[in-house]
Amino acid sequence: MTKLNITVDGEVHDDDVEPRTLLVHYLRDVVGKTGTNVGCDTSNCGACTVHLDGRSVKSCTVLAVQADGATVDTIEGLADPSTNGDPTAGWHPLQKAFHTEHGLQCGYCTPGMIMAAADLLKENPDPSEDEVRHGLEGNLCRCTGYVNIVKAVRTAAAEMRGEEVSA
Amino acid sequence: MTAVDTPPSANVGVTKLRKEDAHLVTGRTSWTDNLKLPGMLHVAFVRSPMAHAKVTGVDVSAALEQPGVVAAFSGADLVDNWSGGLPCAWPVTEDMKSPTHLPLATDEVRHVGDAVAVVVARSRYQAADAVEFVEVDYDPLPAVVDMEAALADGSDLADTSLDSNKSFTWQKIDGDIDAAFDGAAHVTTRRFINQRLIPTAIEPRAVVCAPPRETRETTLWSATQVPHILRLMLALTCGVPEHELRVVAPDVGGGFGSKLNVYAEEAVCLVLARKLGQPVKWTESRSEGYQATIHGRDQIQDVSLAFNQDATLRGMKVELLADMGAYLQLVTPGVPLLGAFMFNAIYKMDALSFTCHGIFTNKTPTDAYRGAGRPEATFAIERLIDEAANELGMEPFELRERNWIKHEEFPYTTIAGIEYDSGNYEAATAKAKELFGYDDLRREQQERRDRGDKVQLGIGISTFTEMCGLAPSRVLGSLSYGAGGWEHASVRMLPSGKVEVITGTSPHGQGHVTAWSQIAADALGVPYEDVEVRHGDTAVAHKGMDTYGSRSLVVGGYAVQSACDKVVAKAKRVAAHLLEASEDDIEFEAGTFSVRGSPDASKTIQDTALAIFAAHDYPEDMEPSLDSDATVDPENFSYPHGTHLCATEVDTETGQVTIRSYVAVDDVGKVINPQIVEGQVHGGIAQGVAQALYEEAVYDADGNLSTGSLLDYYVPSAADLPHFQTDRTETPATTNPLGVKGVGEAGTIASTPAVINAVVDALRPMGVNDVRMPASPRNVWEAIQAANGGAA
Ligand code: FES
Ligand code: FES
Repeated sequence: MTKLNITVDGEVHDDDVEPRTLLVHYLRDVVGKTGTNVGCDTSNCGACTVHLDGRSVKSCTVLAVQADGATVDTIEGLADPSTNGDPTAGWHPLQKAFHTEHGLQCGYCTPGMIMAAADLLKENPDPSEDEVRHGLEGNLCRCTGYVNIVKAVRTAAAEMRGEEVSA
Repeated sequence: MTAVDTPPSANVGVTKLRKEDAHLVTGRTSWTDNLKLPGMLHVAFVRSPMAHAKVTGVDVSAALEQPGVVAAFSGADLVDNWSGGLPCAWPVTEDMKSPTHLPLATDEVRHVGDAVAVVVARSRYQAADAVEFVEVDYDPLPAVVDMEAALADGSDLADTSLDSNKSFTWQKIDGDIDAAFDGAAHVTTRRFINQRLIPTAIEPRAVVCAPPRETRETTLWSATQVPHILRLMLALTCGVPEHELRVVAPDVGGGFGSKLNVYAEEAVCLVLARKLGQPVKWTESRSEGYQATIHGRDQIQDVSLAFNQDATLRGMKVELLADMGAYLQLVTPGVPLLGAFMFNAIYKMDALSFTCHGIFTNKTPTDAYRGAGRPEATFAIERLIDEAANELGMEPFELRERNWIKHEEFPYTTIAGIEYDSGNYEAATAKAKELFGYDDLRREQQERRDRGDKVQLGIGISTFTEMCGLAPSRVLGSLSYGAGGWEHASVRMLPSGKVEVITGTSPHGQGHVTAWSQIAADALGVPYEDVEVRHGDTAVAHKGMDTYGSRSLVVGGYAVQSACDKVVAKAKRVAAHLLEASEDDIEFEAGTFSVRGSPDASKTIQDTALAIFAAHDYPEDMEPSLDSDATVDPENFSYPHGTHLCATEVDTETGQVTIRSYVAVDDVGKVINPQIVEGQVHGGIAQGVAQALYEEAVYDADGNLSTGSLLDYYVPSAADLPHFQTDRTETPATTNPLGVKGVGEAGTIASTPAVINAVVDALRPMGVNDVRMPASPRNVWEAIQAANGGAA
């Protein structure tokens, strides 16, 4: 067992884990996260995407011990919790846009998509359709055909740039 | 066609943002694998690395010594727990062969991934580790992997308990097929390979089972599309009384048919939880699922069309080899037979002959994958029509128009003997051509051909229809299916005027909560926000036939509407009583009952709900309740249709295919929620394009799955797919009160032939008249080489 100190969604966790524990399994099985999903065993699907010290990673490709001392942000920490009265008020623009543009169906890929997209928008606040498509290459969705995911990411980008967003 | 009267709609037909989304976009989800129960143990399966072998010994003793291991069982150890094998509910012929399919194999394994033993441990890592310590002795047998070889005299057998590899031959002949072909002026014949696919719902399958505690009830959570079917079938397979078994489908992450089944792992987890008295969990890894979860498609299709001199279609012959894989799963043998009603598609003809041979091989079983039998049929007819048009020197649309059912001919009984209630192929086609810029693209195509551009432009057409809304129970019975196709809904008016809708459908991404709320809100005249929809738990939704075959709206939505109508009828009596008026004088609009002629005298439906709850003053001859159930059995299938157009650019030097534009005009009848419908079409098209360009499950000669993970099985990402432009025409179904037709499978059925027709069209000047799917650069390049004289 190895000692671990990780900040997950703003909370500090001290845990003992087997050194081989994948970060995604640590988040799910030890911390109790429900939004970071596993969709493959070959790091192809991106369902497990989280932010490690602010950058998006596939948490199935990282050992929990590699994240010792780091900050991990998951989909569950993305919304602003201070506005809990109104469930949608604190949502990140990407969460809002996935909802309004119907960028999800079953929703299994959604946390990973949103976390990957958040990182993409940090790099490129105004991506073209093509840039969104290539930027999300590492995340698979089997339900939506991606059309509305692309739309949602561009809608959120516009809102984050402070531009008028057509409903 | 005239629409059925629909009520004035505040909600139906309007995009409502989904009620389902809030917990999904914030990660507050309840996927089966998220469940944690006190004392829960973890299950891992020991699977055959061989495609076919005798199992001569299984020794779990070393596994039992491993850290955290609580129990381990071989197939023989558990054999007494099964009252039967895993079910096949569709015995398509009386003499169909169906080998017994035990949840854990005992003496013979029949595909790579067939489970032979199971280990139970305290953590998922410990269970996975211990699998390595189970010793299994295999005596290899020859693997049967090729369908045609499987049928040859003296072939090795995929199952040593059978005397041949053929499960069944099923035939249906309509009209005088010999006359149609004997007198034909032109016959077009092709062989198409509809390759094997792996559905790949992004949530892997998972099962949690909790043994009885306070009551005698065992609860099984599963990532399933079919909690109700699963409950019945597991009760029968595992000998658990049905009333003591509760099945829950919590959040389910896609299915596409792959979760429409009764799986070994579900049966084993049920038995283990009861045997050990502790909750157990199993979650498949993706690679494990690629071996243990059903595959789809996999047909060799020999098809011919016979034409008159004037290009009128006379008849069609279809002969299929359909790969069942190693076992018959829930509806495996029935899937290809749906094609018997679909190969004729939108076309009129005098005769249709359909023969299907179901073949066993040592591969993962096939079963229903999005479209199930209809994509295969649609691919063949739409490809073949294009080939025939080319041979006849006609524009592909001209040949289609010559032979399709004209809009004024509906309702139309097809050669296959089913009645298409409504449709308008002309309208959908006209709209699609306009959006696509068909004539301009044809001009550009000619220019590129003329100048010998290395990148050629191809235009692909698919004027598809399908039969869905499964299904009229009597028709299913006549096809030997083991159950009916009805659906159930309950509507409860709560004292506060809020509404609970309980549905027997089991959504996993389709947005039923939103759409059913829209239907109920309009039918009852209550606010959309005041409706809650419950589903997916046999203790809550006590009756249902679940979700598959684009049936949920057509049958389940219809049941919601019917149950709401019954509530309104009861509420009307209460309103009449309270208003001291005759029921005949009561009008109902937008949630308010009023007395004809005296608009001030009125009661809302919420008033009646409260009055009937108090039950102080209500009509003598009724029960004090507005709550209503409806079980509806559709009178016919529904027949969505549409015209999909695809433009591809094909690099004739590299074989690289790029989709330049894609237009889909679908007619799914009346629409409840346009945004959800559009999303279904997008996702459907993507899966059909994936078959056309990217995906194929490949086995080697020894029966190993070469595409055993997402590394090798290429599921397209956003970067691999284009934008899809969608639009609709609306020809209401006349066979249900909502006028709806279903949309889940349409895109998948339509898009595969549209893409391949476009690829072939691009290469036509080079003499290419077919490209094997997926149209990868290699397969395209090989088709070009073959056309050049075969020196590939
Ligand atoms: S689970 Fe991490 S990439 Fe698939
Ligand atoms: S919404 Fe289902 S996988 Fe993306």
